[in-house]
Amino acid sequence: MNGNGRHHTIIALVQDRPGVLTRVAGLFRRRGFNISSLAVGNSEQKGLSRMTFVVDGDQYTVDQATRQLDKLIEVVKVANISEEEIVSRELALIKVKVTPETRGEILEMVNPFRAEIVDVGAKSMVIEVTGSGDKIQALYGLLEPFGVLELMRTGRVAMVRGQSEARVSDDLVLDYHGDHLKVNEVYEVGSY
Amino acid sequence: MEYTGAEIVCESLLKEGVEVIFGLPGGAVLPFYGALSGYPQLRHILVRHEQAAAMAADGYARATGKVGVCTATSGPGATNLVTGIAGAMMDSIPMVAITGQVPRPAIGRDAFQETDITGITLPITKHNMLVMDVDDIAPAIKEAFYIAQSGRPGPVLLDIPKDVLAGDRRPFVWPESIDLQGYEPPGEADEIQLNQAVELINQAERPVIMAGHGILISHAYAELRELAEKAQIPVITTLLGISSFPTDHFLHTGMPGMHGMAYASLAIDKADLLISLGMRFDDRVTGRLSDFAPNAKVVHVDVDPSEFHKNVKATVPVLGNLKQVLKQMLPLVDRKTHVEWLQYIDTLRAEHPSLYIRQTDELLPQFVMKQLSDITEGNSIIVTGVGQHQMWAAQHYAYKEPNSLLTSGGLGAMGFEVPAALGAKVGRPDKTVWSIAGDGGFQMTLCDLATAVENNIDVKFAILNNGTLGMVHQWQEFFYDKDFFATVYSGNPDFVKLAEAYGITGIRVTDKAQVDAAIRQAMETPGPVVVDFIVKQDEQVYPMIPAGESVNEIMEEPIPERIF
Repeated sequence: MNGNGRHHTIIALVQDRPGVLTRVAGLFRRRGFNISSLAVGNSEQKGLSRMTFVVDGDQYTVDQATRQLDKLIEVVKVANISEEEIVSRELALIKVKVTPETRGEILEMVNPFRAEIVDVGAKSMVIEVTGSGDKIQALYGLLEPFGVLELMRTGRVAMVRGQSEARVSDDLVLDYHGDHLKVNEVYEVGSY
Repeated sequence: MEYTGAEIVCESLLKEGVEVIFGLPGGAVLPFYGALSGYPQLRHILVRHEQAAAMAADGYARATGKVGVCTATSGPGATNLVTGIAGAMMDSIPMVAITGQVPRPAIGRDAFQETDITGITLPITKHNMLVMDVDDIAPAIKEAFYIAQSGRPGPVLLDIPKDVLAGDRRPFVWPESIDLQGYEPPGEADEIQLNQAVELINQAERPVIMAGHGILISHAYAELRELAEKAQIPVITTLLGISSFPTDHFLHTGMPGMHGMAYASLAIDKADLLISLGMRFDDRVTGRLSDFAPNAKVVHVDVDPSEFHKNVKATVPVLGNLKQVLKQMLPLVDRKTHVEWLQYIDTLRAEHPSLYIRQTDELLPQFVMKQLSDITEGNSIIVTGVGQHQMWAAQHYAYKEPNSLLTSGGLGAMGFEVPAALGAKVGRPDKTVWSIAGDGGFQMTLCDLATAVENNIDVKFAILNNGTLGMVHQWQEFFYDKDFFATVYSGNPDFVKLAEAYGITGIRVTDKAQVDAAIRQAMETPGPVVVDFIVKQDEQVYPMIPAGESVNEIMEEPIPERIF
């Protein structure tokens, strides 16, 4: 996604303390813009969590929010990776209505998406699908006519792609040289 | 030796060099007070309202540069601190607020006097913590003081449940260091940024320095003066930057913005470079952003990177501690004289005498401020709230010493002037402290006159009494068809009798001729004094750039006879 578009992907490494999610979410609300998805989970470092935000807004607003985010004591690192080469995934669970007649058709439909059937009931089926938001949206669109009973999405998780010889480490930091924020890439040679 | 949680709080405060705590006890914080009575080194000043505790801690911090400490109980005690904490946040004041909380088992059960104060203060503190374990108290206090006073200062709130304060005794372990991953206050500037900034400064033909609160916070007065003198650059001080540069210096070019001097705003309008030092381009300074400093590039030096490009786009942002950055900058800046530019600004001063006080027999509030300035020779600490009195104090007092105007700038809180002056005097007993109030603001916090009396805090309280909410009245006059709804105070008390009721001297001034004697009498009378100046009603603060407009729309006081 390009940096001037509507969607921005921001990742943050935060201390795993009570209230940190409220702090971060409250900041976005105060600065008046929307989080379209948010995913939080443990990182590889003890005591630190990693958050991925997808936010809407123009470059100015996103830059402001990113810097304000960086000011929070519990936020260790933050980076807007919208202009980076990233890998991003989302997971969804879709519970869809089935009848003996539609079961086969649904199974066929799910296959090309490399989705999995994780639960089969008498009248419904739960499908797990991983991928980009577009892919999930596409599968959802196909299943909708059968009757979707529940949809649960995780929100996007994202990571900057590794390079051929070295890995972009976690040291994505904000840098204030010149006019624009840049992501400062620090390479750990040989750790790939 | 073993200590309770409350005693650990006291021991930790001593480690941080705390001398005074402003507060008011209540149920949940009582264990702390129980311990505090055994620590006479920690002077406790009992206020009459918790808002005064926070504002006094703020005034103390502003006057001394040290961390101000206040305390209150849970629930209403904590919520009463909120306005004071918000003010400290807006004006970057180092403060630590300690609140009692209901015991841990009661949290979340809507217990008596329970409020989620860490939740409430989330957006108005630099950081806050709910301390749920007695072993976390000492590290939390060390962190709180470090966060409050490092980088861009701000308030930190610690909420400690009653049973944590009262819990089992244990040894006091003061952490040697703290580990705040991801929090690193900037120091020296990056060389690339620095060189780019210096290049712009050396090339500029019409540069202006805009000095903000950062100069005072980082004690960079000497460096500011050296920079201004070396390159002969006029210095404009923002409201919170007032007294960062000597008012009587030939390069001093006043305050900009809504009620700033017209020549300051016009200089910014014509400047080709703004050197913005520790200021944040508040809307009261800039007016309409699209018309602000249309010809200028901007060098913006600040310790908080989120200020860059927030309101005004910086051509070169320089991140760093202002004093350190200026020290780096000074040897690189060329010695220069901007003769034409300074002469031009002098003609602006002559054409726009913004500080001219018209001749009249009436008692003008501007005249009172000017007299006070003359009699005290600009050497007092002036403390104001918000409104007309604040602007007149900013305009007509000739500040001689650094850090001598303490004012509720960003938050603009009425009533700040009374408790903040108490805090300032407690922190600087050597100085004369004048609290300048309107009759509106004074009545918001006058209950703490009792605190002044009880602790013999020698503050001189001047009320510029116009019987109105003057600034709001002025907006109604200019922008709301003179519909003076809800801005006239017809039931004001007799402030002289009120002072006497508190057992202190009250002086009423109704005539110009009495001003001088009244000010002198107040200063010669030991202890707190209230001087009630009955000033002319309907007096407007000029110049005025209406909100959201530019210097082109500036309104200046009509002057009957040109004397310049």
